[in-house]
Amino acid sequence: MRRLFLLIVIAGSLSAQVSFERLLNADKEPQNWLTYSGTMMSQRYSQLTQVTPQNVKNLEQQWVFQARSLEKFEATPLVVDGIMYTVQAPNDVVALDPVTGRVFWTYSYSPSPQSRPCCGRVNRGVAIVGDTLFMGTIDAHLVAIDAKNGRPLWNTTVAKDESGYAITHAPLVVKDKVIVGVAGGEFGIRGFIAAYDVRTGKEVWRFYTIPGPGEPGHESWSGDSWKTGGASVWMTGSYDPALNLTYWGIGNAGPDYNGDLRVGDNLYSSSVVALDADTGKLKWFYQHSPHDEFDYDSVQVPVLADIAFGGQPRKVMLWANRNGFFYVLDRATGQFLLGKPFVEVNWASGFDEKGRPMRISGKVPTAEGTVIFPGNQGGTNWYSPSFSPRTGLFYIPSWVNYSSIYIKADAEYTEGRRFVGTSPRSLIGGLGGAKTNNRREDEGNGAVRAIDPKTGERKWEFKMNDVTDAGILTTASDLLFSGGREGYFYALDARNGELLWRANVGGAIAAGPMSYAVNGRQYIAINAGNSLFVYALRQ
Amino acid sequence: MWAVRFSLFVLAAGALLGQRSYTPADILEGQRLFRANCVLCHGPEGDQVPGIDLGHGKFRQTYSQDALIKIIQNGIPRTAMPPNNLQDFQAEIVVAYLRSIATTGRTASGNGNAGRGKALFEGKGGCMQCHRVGTSGSRVGPDLSDIGALRRTVEIERSLLEPNEEVLPQNRYYRVVTKQGETITGRILNLDTFTVQMLDSKERLLSLNRSDLREAGFIENSPMPSYRDKLSTQELADIVTYLASLKGL
Repeated sequence: MRRLFLLIVIAGSLSAQVSFERLLNADKEPQNWLTYSGTMMSQRYSQLTQVTPQNVKNLEQQWVFQARSLEKFEATPLVVDGIMYTVQAPNDVVALDPVTGRVFWTYSYSPSPQSRPCCGRVNRGVAIVGDTLFMGTIDAHLVAIDAKNGRPLWNTTVAKDESGYAITHAPLVVKDKVIVGVAGGEFGIRGFIAAYDVRTGKEVWRFYTIPGPGEPGHESWSGDSWKTGGASVWMTGSYDPALNLTYWGIGNAGPDYNGDLRVGDNLYSSSVVALDADTGKLKWFYQHSPHDEFDYDSVQVPVLADIAFGGQPRKVMLWANRNGFFYVLDRATGQFLLGKPFVEVNWASGFDEKGRPMRISGKVPTAEGTVIFPGNQGGTNWYSPSFSPRTGLFYIPSWVNYSSIYIKADAEYTEGRRFVGTSPRSLIGGLGGAKTNNRREDEGNGAVRAIDPKTGERKWEFKMNDVTDAGILTTASDLLFSGGREGYFYALDARNGELLWRANVGGAIAAGPMSYAVNGRQYIAINAGNSLFVYALRQ
Repeated sequence: MWAVRFSLFVLAAGALLGQRSYTPADILEGQRLFRANCVLCHGPEGDQVPGIDLGHGKFRQTYSQDALIKIIQNGIPRTAMPPNNLQDFQAEIVVAYLRSIATTGRTASGNGNAGRGKALFEGKGGCMQCHRVGTSGSRVGPDLSDIGALRRTVEIERSLLEPNEEVLPQNRYYRVVTKQGETITGRILNLDTFTVQMLDSKERLLSLNRSDLREAGFIENSPMPSYRDKLSTQELADIVTYLASLKGL
């Protein structure tokens, strides 16, 4: 192990710039964390093994970075050759020493006061290639920043923030392009994904997540509803270099809770799309929730894995959706291979032979209200899941026994105003509500659920008392790190869910953990409350 | 994804009010918001400001639903009515709660005498074994020092007669049995995956590791007894009147 670390340190110090080749092979340099989810496969899986199930009890806090922000701290940091980059909400990029937490520089971006992202003035991180960092902003700009000194290099307007457009996810670099999608589905936007030249910021291609007139899928929207149908992008996509496909999850159709104004399947809302990375052309799509009326965005990171499925090696995509189902798709073709609930579901009974969900009669929003499982926050949400190639298990931050009452009302579009069609009611609110918990068990809880992707069967569960907005990290030493709203950060045995270690971080976790190493020492990082906490083994 | 922030309920609300139905949870939330933002001036019955009875739609002039929501949010210039930091939907359910006041009526027990009620509260009723008013009584049950500023008389009466009808989450009771065999009951203050915080029956603030507990769970029924058969109608009216007079500091 020590030899491996020595090699890693030398390799890192020789690499002055982050080439795209390095991004493609990020798993070969596990001391670094080069993309939002760690690698292009988005498994949030670290090859580092210094911290093990045996010694994880000796983790101790090394440093804390307190963000100058009271917003949720949702960013996953990058670590590149001994420098950490994170984002202090809403849009300040911070470069830190990952050993001490001391700040090298801060790039402060002031978003337009008109910007109004629906779910907090948040940002989930940056991307890097060469010596350039890229950040999407809540006023829908894409900014390139010099990674050495924090100076802006270019600033491209992606969309009109006054119409409700925003960018909250970390961009994805593929070759010489940086790719982002736009949020704003609750404001009647028309969503899109676009690629920009990393050197100039010029747009290279754009894929509208709602097809325009004459394009396939346009017929899935009645009347002019396609113009204001939402279909946002909230989370960073993935990339398969062999297929040259980039995969993105697409958000809900708008208005969220009243589908009468948008009759049809509403493609490509609540779907995953596979795009040619060079042209942005659609290769395939799969719609998780046709004609969604429950705000079930496909607001998840597409997790790519090479596994044996049906007795054959197969390139698949694993997906636990907000709608309560776990999916396995063939990522070359989009073929539906498996779909199974991972939490309580009462809106669909299963899937037909083509993989279309079979709706249960009467389970739609009504003027009187209808109880739907899972509730409005979903069986899971944007929080990163993890796949461990070692255990072969897929790990989902889950909301269990959770429902909402969906009530339908009229909605009228006005540019820049909310366009949702009433609001579901739930016993469990969003993050930022009550800080104490005195809910009964029958009012819902959080859990880490481990699923075997070959069957969709649950292998184990780690139950939390409160719900969770925390992502999951697994490691090659069979550790799993996660947390929840209760303000605990903990380590489980990824093989069986046994609790091995925990720390009280004193604030809700609404981010994904990551791991890196400097000078042969492994660190684990997690945001909680408004701070970033970093742990390593006691020396 | 917008519901990630539950507090940001914003709707094109007012025009839709007439078409809406509200769940008990909505009414409860409207009540909570009313108590937090309005009750100080308007009183728990909504009739404390002369000439205005919010619960019965009596205002100094006629307002539409939309106008009421705007008044809640923006206040009325050059009057004592201040603006309130409530989203459209929050203001809407405050109005929905106020509407519900009219349908829930006044107390069945009628007018009482606060002085006699105080004597009953402190004596025959045995209320101070669990409840506190000012610096007297137990902290185990809800502190009632300002109950008259927070709750309507009809609600106070209902709590006395049907204590299980409404137990607020912060007043839920919890019971644990430690591995040493000690049984502890008390009001739950916070519950998480690993620990329990409670105020126990001896008024101790306890923080317990769940791994040290043999049993743990909510007590389904309120420890508050019903006074339906323990007090006469007049005694009940006296206690309700006394409690309604408690306005806190």
